[in-house]
Amino acid sequence: MISAWLVPCFILIVLVTATIKKVPAYEVFVEGGKEGVKMAFSLLPFLVGMIVAITILRSSGALEAFTDLLGPILTTIGVPPDIIPLALVRPISGTAALGMTTELIHTYGPDSFIGRLASVMQGSTDTTLYILTIYFGAIGIKKMRYALKVGLLADLMGIIASIVIVSLLFG
Amino acid sequence: MVNIIWVSMAAIGIIYAMLNGTMDQVNEAIFSSASEAVTLSIGLISVLVFWLGIMKVAEKAGILAVLAKLFRPLIIKLFPEIPKDHPAIGYILSNVTANIFGLGNAATPMGIKAMEQMKQLSGSETASRSMITFLALNTSSLTIIPTTVIAIRMQYQSASPTEIVGATILATLISTISAIIIDRIFYHRSKWGAS
Repeated sequence: MISAWLVPCFILIVLVTATIKKVPAYEVFVEGGKEGVKMAFSLLPFLVGMIVAITILRSSGALEAFTDLLGPILTTIGVPPDIIPLALVRPISGTAALGMTTELIHTYGPDSFIGRLASVMQGSTDTTLYILTIYFGAIGIKKMRYALKVGLLADLMGIIASIVIVSLLFG
Repeated sequence: MVNIIWVSMAAIGIIYAMLNGTMDQVNEAIFSSASEAVTLSIGLISVLVFWLGIMKVAEKAGILAVLAKLFRPLIIKLFPEIPKDHPAIGYILSNVTANIFGLGNAATPMGIKAMEQMKQLSGSETASRSMITFLALNTSSLTIIPTTVIAIRMQYQSASPTEIVGATILATLISTISAIIIDRIFYHRSKWGAS
């Protein structure tokens, strides 16, 4: 409900303010939009490269094998192994993670422990590699220094926080 | 780092497929995913054009400046390298605001603009301290209302689709604070390493 109102109201405020301040809104809009076209095309090779590599890893079955390997260790510390693929894929691919979340909610039910955990994990972390690729790719950053380590550690904290909080609130 | 990850993902996948006989699936996936990525990029055009257009109007109308003034103290603390009245501050704030309300599509173009402004400040192809802090903020996720997740939960007849909002806010808060702390630790470590 709130989200449905947010965007149109934001646009209304922007356009009314622009008119009051005598900004030629349409011309400025087109000028800004042209930058968007350039940006989308400059992103294309970065996205193709990243998505193909992830898909190779997934379609070969290597990602699944890795998950099976880790499973028994995590069960002993109270982490359901079914959540591992989501935790692994979340930083790499947003669409893949959303697909997995949907799958987990579908399989275990939205009000199960795993269903809730997947929901919270999806909401409290973000696609680090995608953001890194898009943001640094668009402006041509070649050396990213410690950016990836910080991003992945932040994801790990989000995942741990999700598990602990869901266990405490719904466990 | 991304070079290594990229090559290993592809190499591990292909070698694993060789040993496990999943080469057909990999072969098919390479081409279908490449075309999927192109479709995604083309799909991004509409969002990028629309939001960059609207944001340009907002910028010219002085809305970003008003936002920047409001949240200035917090952002200045987080980004000590960016001058107080620099346009980067306005873009960072728009990106953060859009993220908080779960408007991922709107947040990305503003994030890219913020990065562009920060690159003009640093004038180099190496990531600056502010860029990494900004990235840490974004990757830890700032979402308060996870609209997509709520929609999926509704679709599968959850008794209470929104019951996870509180937990999500709590987890987001913890991950964002951790991200800022981790970013600070790495920044200071890199400074000591250089001197």
